[in-house]
Amino acid sequence: MGDTVQVTMNINGTAQSHDVEPRTLLVHYIRDVCGLTGTNIGCDSSSCGACTIHLDGEAVKSCTMLAVQADGHDLTTIEGLAPSAEKLHPMQQAFHECHALQCGYCTPGMVMAAVSLLDEVPNPTERQVRIGLEGNLCRCTGYHNIVKAVLQCAAEGVAK
Amino acid sequence: MSILGTRVLRKEDPKFLTSGAVYTADLRDPRLASAASVTYVRSTVASATIVSIDTTEAAALPGVLGVYVAADFADLPNLQAMVPLFPPPMMTRPWLADGVVRFVGEPVVAIVAKSTYIGADAAELVEIDYAPLTPVVDLEAASRGEGLVYPDLGTNVGVDFVMFTMMKGVTDDSFFDGCDVVVRQRVVNNRLHAAPLEGRSVACLWEGDKLTFWNSNQGPHSMWSKLQKVYGLTPETSHVISPDVGGGFGLKMEFTPEEALLPELARRHGRPMRWTETRTEAMIGSAHGRDQVQQLAIGGSRDGTVKAYRIEMVGGAGAYCMNGGFLPFLTHVMSSGVYAIPAIETAAKSVVTNTAPVVAFRGAGRPEATAAVERAMDLFAAEIGMDAVAVRRKNLIPKDAFPYTTAVGTVYDTGDYETSLDLVLEHAAYDALRAEQAARRASGAVKQLGIGVSVYVEITAGPAPGSTEWGKVVIGAEGKATIYSGSFSHGQGHATAFAMLVSDQTGISMEDITLVQGDTELVPKGGGTSASKSLQAGGSAVYVAAGQVVDQARELAATLLEASIDDVVLDKATRAFHVQGTPSVSKSWTEVAAAAGGSLAAETDQLAGASFPFGTHLVVVEVDTDTGLTEIMRVVTCDDAGRILNPVLVEGQRHGGIAQGLAQSLIEEIRYDEDGNPLTSNFADYGIISMTELPSYELIPLETPTPNNPLGAKGIGESGVIGATPALQSAICDALSHLGIRHIDIPITPQKVWAAIRAVKV
Ligand code: FES
Ligand code: FES
Repeated sequence: MGDTVQVTMNINGTAQSHDVEPRTLLVHYIRDVCGLTGTNIGCDSSSCGACTIHLDGEAVKSCTMLAVQADGHDLTTIEGLAPSAEKLHPMQQAFHECHALQCGYCTPGMVMAAVSLLDEVPNPTERQVRIGLEGNLCRCTGYHNIVKAVLQCAAEGVAK
Repeated sequence: MSILGTRVLRKEDPKFLTSGAVYTADLRDPRLASAASVTYVRSTVASATIVSIDTTEAAALPGVLGVYVAADFADLPNLQAMVPLFPPPMMTRPWLADGVVRFVGEPVVAIVAKSTYIGADAAELVEIDYAPLTPVVDLEAASRGEGLVYPDLGTNVGVDFVMFTMMKGVTDDSFFDGCDVVVRQRVVNNRLHAAPLEGRSVACLWEGDKLTFWNSNQGPHSMWSKLQKVYGLTPETSHVISPDVGGGFGLKMEFTPEEALLPELARRHGRPMRWTETRTEAMIGSAHGRDQVQQLAIGGSRDGTVKAYRIEMVGGAGAYCMNGGFLPFLTHVMSSGVYAIPAIETAAKSVVTNTAPVVAFRGAGRPEATAAVERAMDLFAAEIGMDAVAVRRKNLIPKDAFPYTTAVGTVYDTGDYETSLDLVLEHAAYDALRAEQAARRASGAVKQLGIGVSVYVEITAGPAPGSTEWGKVVIGAEGKATIYSGSFSHGQGHATAFAMLVSDQTGISMEDITLVQGDTELVPKGGGTSASKSLQAGGSAVYVAAGQVVDQARELAATLLEASIDDVVLDKATRAFHVQGTPSVSKSWTEVAAAAGGSLAAETDQLAGASFPFGTHLVVVEVDTDTGLTEIMRVVTCDDAGRILNPVLVEGQRHGGIAQGLAQSLIEEIRYDEDGNPLTSNFADYGIISMTELPSYELIPLETPTPNNPLGAKGIGESGVIGATPALQSAICDALSHLGIRHIDIPITPQKVWAAIRAVKV
């Protein structure tokens, strides 16, 4: 085991500070050190998006970064998305209403990526959703209801 | 109004959406805190003898707790094969490669380390010296015995289904006597990877002589019995738990050496063990699906009547025969498709090669059957110059012919194939599509339109006589229900579907019904989820058990109400029992349960007979004749899976299946080079389908109930795959048919289209 460095970051509003090996991937830090296992790992080639989180409000694949690169930043994972324990985030609600999840393995990353997509493009076309979320794979839903959920969430957001 | 058949959203969703589910690698059971991590070193060559393995440096790395090779497990009995049809050496896979390696990805060395990072470092330090042998990679060459994977056996054939009398075999050309036209075609059904997004994963520990084993699978009970055999355990000394599971698709029915070895390592080290595979390990080292080469011949008259059909298959089994070696039999069972073909001949061999093993994958043998017969129909139609839809219509088994026995002896329960075809053609405006196609052809447009139709039937809860599942319903003192099921949801939505069944029987509301599954201490037996049987067998068991609980309750209520049982009814709206006509005096579930000593329970095993879902898929594509690129414009499907319990779940299953079916024709394929090196070893180089390549789907409902289970339901998990693959293949070939192109093997990549166009232009 090599030397360790200290990393400090804010995850879901909670300050986290740990000594880690410099080579520790951010996704391993989140899951194994901080114990936030909602973020999943689906590949080893940065292709699937199961590990998607928000770094300073933007979607990133947490398997593609080192924990040290997130030092000093603000992170949100799926555990921190809902406004309260009783209330789902509109995207989570849309996923539920549209049956946009089956096994649920892609879901945390998919939801985080979708939220970030609507931040950038609040009222996307179906094509824009399908291109915007290309980096998030789902093996169960055939994507139909995921696209539907994102469009529904966007429509509700625009209506507000 | 009954809740059955209504759109109920999933009860299980909230946790998946907020904290994420608890998959095996997420388990934070305090007993696992001291777990060590297992890393496998895998073969980098397809076929070789192992000259030497040097583990000295790896073992010396700080944090490494142990390094193991095959000889270290010589006394551990091997895992038993699921389908024991094959010569023993082909199905007896060693724990680690023992003297020879037979595919790239086969585990050779096991490392136990304090962390996965240290394990990965140690793996780099292991030195294995291989003496390469000539690998056997090509399936057809392997079937002809060109090179041997198991030289001592003198053959690569794992099963010859004709020799086993499971198929009649093929005769000579007199089989086609009386046919005006005979068309022949070699067809490839490409090798795929199921790729559940969660890979294989295990955590385990011993407490004294008792094993607790968590595993990502499609139901814990078959792993439970296998572990008992390997480790000499009893049901009392072994506990298998399937936590949340991130997809299976057939792959996770299998139990592999990498998983089953962990208890041995845990025992030797006296500490818990964990292993979670990487995506690359899954792609090269777990297992693949499909992989058939078919020789088709179809004959008939010029009016479109098909008279004879023949399919000869070579099925890939990979280096070790797992359940994939059995799949050609299911292709045979469904070879007639939806057509009344008077004469059919089938033959098949499962063949080993120096590639990863082949296992059941969503559809498992039936997609191969449908792809074959639908391709044959298209080619026959092209040969006689008739519209492919018209040829299909002419040969469909008519609605009034059920139960119908095909020429290979399969008995279809119910069906209405022509209605499904009509509904799809009407919805898609087939004639208008053909008119647009004609216009584009006339104008010489670069982007040509293609229309593909497939009509399919498949078998679920099969093969005959069907599938049995166990279920139990308990109603407790608070009037709440708990369901115990041997079936196992890993995304299908059992918690919602089964609760609907119990709610319908008992009147108890959905939020007061919970499902217990995936734990051998809580669920004594079960078959897990596969073959699209969960609702048919598992759901029927739950439904019948719930009915039995209601009967028990009525009897008790009759005593409490001092009435005859025949006069006592359950008012589902108020969830109370009363004498018919006197609702004011009633006994609630709580009161009845109290009278029963606190709870009421019933359990049952239900046999669901095999059922035959069917439907029609129509796919419209645009093919760019300059670049070869295909764009899928529309997908219209009618999938009839008998009586529908919850349209939300049924649509979800159809969507997922359709995407997978389209993926096989468009882009997905596991490939090896001629030396047996995998060319597709992760999601960056395997053409895994993303949402960008797909459109939204247009679904048409149709319900033709089966008499083969109490719910009238057929399976829906695999229909989408089965219909979509041939429809897309047909559509792309159709877009190019005016150029004289009739057949391109799947997946139909832009390169293949481009090459096919070049070939006809020259
Ligand atoms: S795990 Fe990060 S992209 Fe797949
Ligand atoms: S729901 Fe299973 S991978 Fe998306």
